[in-house]
Amino acid sequence: MAVNPQPIIRLTNVCKSYGDHQILKDINLELEAGKFYTLLGPSGCGKTTILRTIAGFTDVTAGQVYFDGQVINGLPANQRQVNTVFQDYALFPHMTVAENVAFGLKLHKVPKDEIESRVQSALALVQLPDFGDREISEISGGQQQRVAIARALVMRPKVLLLDEPLSALDAKLRKDMQYELRELQQQLGITFLFVTHDQEEALAMSDEIFVMKAGEILQGGSPVDIYDEPINHFVANFIGESNIIPGKMIQDYEVEFVGKRFECADGGMHPNEAVEVVLRPEDLDIVKADQGKLVVTVDSQLFRGNYFEIVAYDNDHNEWLVHSTNPADEGEPIGLTFDPQDIHVMRLNESEAAFDARLEQYDDEDAD
Amino acid sequence: MQRKQRLSRNTAYFVPYVLWIALFVIAPVILLIYQSFFNIDGQFTLANYQTYFSSNTYLMMTLNSVWYAFLITLATLLISYPTAYLLNATKHPQLWLLLIIMPTWINLLLKAYAFIGIFSQAGIANQFLSFIGIGPQQLLFTKFSFIFVAAYIQIPFMVLPIYNSISELNASYVNASRDLGATNWQTFSRVIFPLTLPGVKAGVQAVFIPSLSLFMLTRLIGGNKVITLGTAIEEHFLTTMNWGMGSTIGVVLIIAMVIIMWLTGGRKRRSGKGLTK
Repeated sequence: MAVNPQPIIRLTNVCKSYGDHQILKDINLELEAGKFYTLLGPSGCGKTTILRTIAGFTDVTAGQVYFDGQVINGLPANQRQVNTVFQDYALFPHMTVAENVAFGLKLHKVPKDEIESRVQSALALVQLPDFGDREISEISGGQQQRVAIARALVMRPKVLLLDEPLSALDAKLRKDMQYELRELQQQLGITFLFVTHDQEEALAMSDEIFVMKAGEILQGGSPVDIYDEPINHFVANFIGESNIIPGKMIQDYEVEFVGKRFECADGGMHPNEAVEVVLRPEDLDIVKADQGKLVVTVDSQLFRGNYFEIVAYDNDHNEWLVHSTNPADEGEPIGLTFDPQDIHVMRLNESEAAFDARLEQYDDEDAD
Repeated sequence: MQRKQRLSRNTAYFVPYVLWIALFVIAPVILLIYQSFFNIDGQFTLANYQTYFSSNTYLMMTLNSVWYAFLITLATLLISYPTAYLLNATKHPQLWLLLIIMPTWINLLLKAYAFIGIFSQAGIANQFLSFIGIGPQQLLFTKFSFIFVAAYIQIPFMVLPIYNSISELNASYVNASRDLGATNWQTFSRVIFPLTLPGVKAGVQAVFIPSLSLFMLTRLIGGNKVITLGTAIEEHFLTTMNWGMGSTIGVVLIIAMVIIMWLTGGRKRRSGKGLTK
């Protein structure tokens, strides 16, 4: 893996605790300039705390925060070249839209006509060109969201931090904003660090995702990598929907679950090691009961619009979630088939470093 | 039928309040206005108002009242805002707030007498001044001591609304301001203070208006060095028995209060003060 010469943001061994409560446990991460990163995890996992340490609202208990190669641990928030879009937008209610956007520029003593033109173009960028004179209380939540983005972007930050900015919007608007944020990021080439608990949002927008749980980064990687090769039960469950079945690794490329042996694409484990097997619901195809690799009995199904969500049970009472474009008959047995590469095998309690090393090792073997 | 009954029961709850307001607020104000149109011999006249607005004494007294009320309010504000601000940062703000409010449970007169003791020639304040070699001084019956004691008495009424508005202030406004490059002072002057202005206005109302008509302290602490409209009203009602003139001053004070409430009230900020101009 090529190491980038100068990450724009780097956290090394960052810890944060309040009294006995550890919020961040030894966080290491690097952000390359110009990419869209997402910190993804359930509430209370510490993702917002990471954002706050980069913004300068929170001190770290241990470790270093680097910006452009410089340690910025003690640097106050108003001297950092990062800007934040807050979850509640934090638009100043005693100022108009334009005054809000101009706030930071005025503080930096930018000449008056430059302020005016930069405010205008920032508002145009978020598609609110004629909203400058409005009061904050007069505009909708979605518009406030855009003003908050304009207010941060007008400062031309090198890194934009976004703290769950879409969580207060309704579903339709949220989807539109996902596209717009992604487009903005690519158009401006600014590094975005986006915090969310919504895995769909993370998958849709990011170049790279860091999945967090209880103050630790469990796995970092591209959305496709994380979706296809989750490191453990938590990640597999958190990202998308999964069937996670206990199994046994017989040898490289052969795994046993539900009492049967299957060819798979994973290796590098001990013979007969206890593992967990992940099969995504959309990778399962329904066939006649006698033609399936597995036979399950349909318990219930829901129509989800573009697919049927079918819940079925095998003889070991494992639950199987299947996404199918065709409906199944409730109470009837069906066969399930899948390809060897659809099976993803996870070791129990494997660290990210060990996981990456193992992946590289047997990828090399494949190349030989 | 039933709904009507419930409705009448609900209106019954308002009776004590309406009765109270009618008897102790509306009726006295009407009486005051009515009396202000009669001279000392009981004849209907506009002379009281004529006297008030043509007499230098009364106009000076009015100015004096406004000036001292302003000084008292300013002193109270300068002490109360930082207090409320620090209070909000403490671990147990409710406890400190209670300590600040507690003196209001003590009768005003008792507090005034306590200060007579403290400020007297042999009082603790002068003992201290003697100790550091600059005393004893004449403290009691000065304009300074009047403002000092009046501010002391008014502080809780200023701290409370300001504290409330600061504690309601969303912390992310402060973070947003810092994030956009504001120093602590800029954050305070451009974000925190403007956003807590409603609390300041409420506090100013609660302090300025009563300060306009202070009369007991002017005598007990100010030694009549400060003559305010409050003193004048007291004189007219209790000494010269010219109730008509006393009522006239009362009416003027009420009008002044209404103006102040209107000035500090929650009028919407003017909009359209955009950048585009």
